[in-house]
Parts: sequence; structure tokens; C-alpha cells
Amino acid sequence: MLDAAFFRHWLTSAAALVDREAQRLTELDSPIGDADHGSNLQRGFAAVVATLEKDAPATPGAVLTLAGRQLISTVGGASGPLYGTLLRRTGKALGDAPEVSEQEFADALRAGVDAVSALGGAAHGDKTMLDALVPAVDALSESFDAARAAADEGALATTPLQARKGRASYLGERSIGHQDPGATSSALLFDALAQTAEAGRG
Amino acid sequence: MKMLINVAETVVADALRGMAAAHPDLTIDVDNRVIVRRDAPVEGKVALVSGGGSGHEPLHGGFVGPGMLSAACPGEVFTSPVPDQMVRAAAAVDSGAGVLFVVKNYTGDVLNFDMAAELAEDEGIQVAKVLVNDDVAVTDSLYTAGRRGTGATLYVEKIAGAAADEGQPLERVEAIARRVNENARSFGVALSACSTPAKGSPTFDLPSGELELGVGIHGEPGRERRPMMTSSEIADYAVDVVLGDLQPRNPVLVLVNGMGATPLLELYGFNAEVQRVLAERGVVVAHTLVGNYVTSLDMAGASVTLCQVDEELLRLWNAPVRTAGLRWGI
Repeated sequence: MLDAAFFRHWLTSAAALVDREAQRLTELDSPIGDADHGSNLQRGFAAVVATLEKDAPATPGAVLTLAGRQLISTVGGASGPLYGTLLRRTGKALGDAPEVSEQEFADALRAGVDAVSALGGAAHGDKTMLDALVPAVDALSESFDAARAAADEGALATTPLQARKGRASYLGERSIGHQDPGATSSALLFDALAQTAEAGRG
Repeated sequence: MKMLINVAETVVADALRGMAAAHPDLTIDVDNRVIVRRDAPVEGKVALVSGGGSGHEPLHGGFVGPGMLSAACPGEVFTSPVPDQMVRAAAAVDSGAGVLFVVKNYTGDVLNFDMAAELAEDEGIQVAKVLVNDDVAVTDSLYTAGRRGTGATLYVEKIAGAAADEGQPLERVEAIARRVNENARSFGVALSACSTPAKGSPTFDLPSGELELGVGIHGEPGRERRPMMTSSEIADYAVDVVLGDLQPRNPVLVLVNGMGATPLLELYGFNAEVQRVLAERGVVVAHTLVGNYVTSLDMAGASVTLCQVDEELLRLWNAPVRTAGLRWGI
């Protein structure tokens, strides 16, 4: 079972990974976006860590809901509302339970991913964060490790695609050949998740 | 890349502190990033709130003041502001007559303003939204995020702002804003890329002998790249693209807008060519504005916006305005 501490660890590891990879995310965002994805997420996740330390929510649902709200309040751009919605909706789907099973988490995360898709009007294959999120959620029922691998693979698979959503869409065919920064940061979330699970199991 | 900054993280806050010192007509909340006209809320008047990424100055903070915006929310550089800023701005300027959000069509701006509208309505503030999407360089809207909002934003904010100042109700101000957007089209060209403070180097690679036709205000590419053209050739291309989409029967307002690093000497020269093409095409010009209004940091280049106006829109355009970036009649 997964408790509030597990989710706090997840988000703290995610913040550390985003911090480490911020420059790379911004570099990826430079040819097809506006060169700020790394710095924006860095600012948002740092705020998430700070607020989780201050408020220490007691349930998995509360941790994720609070983190999502914090991302919406600090990131800006498209990634703020999208990542914020992902975590907030996942948290809401988990309800008030003090502990959740891995399957319950997988189901809740799917609700979060569906909400992201609805908010951004994008689907798998549009060269967005969903290209990592959708396969990762599909694989999550199997294991955290499988989800990490699926997210990585999904992010890499965005390279040959033509963007249809967000600022990269204005490039048209010229977006082909660049890995999507949003899918890349989404893969970091699943990397952090797998790391957290590994650490928890000793 | 040399920039006149301290560190990238404080660029926006530093600029807001400097703006506050230069413009005592404005109340600037540096911590929360909200720029408000000092006399807000104005009793009985619809409030206009806009915002977007920083790096497009004077848009939007430079357009706050009597006759135009009531408040503006600057985001990080090229990053939309967050809903908290917009709600705070709406609460600061709402007199009970409602608030119009002027939103440029970028995914981030749209999502954040949508969330802000919901939150503001929860607080009892009546909110309407107008989406600005004037950039004709974006052709295939089905497969993109849709047309971008660029130069027409200035016209929407000025003309709807004048309608609000006259005391017109929210539905009316919103309808006028929509009408301005529907009658305005833009097209931009870049001669060089811009450099964001976070990246510290040009955000895209534009060889010195080429220009990007149809560029967006974040350096997003447009239609095509060509070997460098003359001012006259660029004017022919840009005006014809705009007129291909907007066939004005009425007079037009013309905005020849600099992207940030093109001197007025070049902009005025370019405007001469734009006026020549318009005359050749039989388009009547009611008013022309030349300068840096909707910029893209240090990008070299220009955009042309045409806005077809009827008598009412022209009257509202000519109405007094007093902001840092646009000022006449007061």
C-alpha cells in the first residue's frame, strides 16, 4: 500500500530530477517551443516541495491535490495548468483514503491523464506530454518500472512526430526531428516514481 | 550573449520595480506581479484585464491606464501568467460592472485565463473573455493550436478600453472587442532570432543571409524562410498575405510594429513601403502607428497589422488614452 509519505517522496524526487534536468528541458524546448520549459517546471516543483514541507498533508489524495494546486499557481504557460491538473485530478480521484493500493493509484492517475487530455484537447500522438503519460499509465498496472520504461520510450518516440498542439505546432513539418520537452518532463515524473518505489522496497 | 540584467530569475521583478519608479500613475504589486491603474476600481466601469508572458513590452503593462487596460498580469518571459495573478487583478479592478479578460491565443494563456475566469466567478466577479487570434501566418488551424494573437491585441485593448471608459456594459464591451479581433489581421517577419534570459542565447537559428516570413512573437517560425529581401519586397509580401485574408471595404488602422531590435529609421522606411502597397491595392488608411508595441525581446524584424474600422470603432480608437506605451488626447 502507498501512503502520504510515499507520494511526498515521489514529488520530492521529481523536483530533484527536474532540477537536475532543467537545462536539458529548456534546450529541448528551444528549437520547437520558447526555451522555458525547464526553468518553469523547476520553479513549480521547488514550490511544491516547499509547500509539502510546510503543510504536510496526511493522505495521498491531499498530497497530490495540494501539489497540483501549487503547480497551477507557480508554473504558468501551458505546463502549469496541465501538470497541475494531472496531479490535482489524480489526488481528487484518490479521495480521503489514508493508504491506496498500486492499482487504485493507477486508476486515479488514468483519471488525471484523461483530464489533461480534455483540458489541452490533445491525444496520444500529437507530440505532447500525453505521448509519455498515456503509455506509462497503461504500463503502471504491471509495475512502476514498466511505467518508467514506457514513459521513456514514449518520450523518445515523439522525435519523428509532427506537433499538433501547443507552440511547437506552429513549426509544422519543421517540428519533426525534435524530442518533445513535455513528454520528456513527463518521463521524469515516472523515473522519480520508480525510484521512490525502489527506495521504499529497500 | 550580453544582456543588461542581474540574473535571469529576477528579470521580471526587476523590470516591474523600474516600471513602478517611472510611472507613478500605476500601482505595481511586484511580488504578485499585477499592474493596476492607480484609480481602480473605477465606479460603474467595466474593467479590462490582460496579460501574457513578459518580453513583449510595452504589451501589456505599458497599456494600463485610462482609456485602455485596468490591469495587466505579466508572466515569466514568454510564459503565461498564472491564474492567481489574474484573479488578484480582477478583484483589484472590478467595480461590480464586470471584467473582460483579453486573451491572446496561446495554449498557456488560454488555459490559465480559463482557470482564472472560473475562480473569479467563484468570488462573485462577472467575467467575459475575448480571444485575440489575428496572425494570418498560421494557416492550417486544424492541425495547430490555431492562429496566434499578436498585433491586434493593441487594437482590442485600446478600442474595448475606450468603450469601457464610456460606461458601456460588459456584453457591449465584449462584443466590441470581438468585432475588433474579427476585423484585424497581422503578419510578422524576423531578421534575427530573440534570446531569452533563461537560455542566454538565440532561441532559434536564423542564418544572417535569411529572414523568416510569418514569425510569431516568441520566435515561432511561420510560413517559410527566404534569402534576405528588401523593405519594399517584404512590404509587398506581408501586406498581400494580410489582404489575402482580410478584404477591407472600410478604412483600416495600420500598425507597423517593431519586434524589439529594429530601429525606428528602418520601421519608418518599412512603413513607407507598407503605405505604398496599401495605396496600390486601394486600401484607405484611417490612422497609422509605427513603433515597438508588441515586441519579442531583442528580435529584429517587424509585423504589420491591419484593422478595418467602422465609424464607431474609429471613434473609440481616437478616444483619449493615457498609458506608458500609448498616450494621446489627455
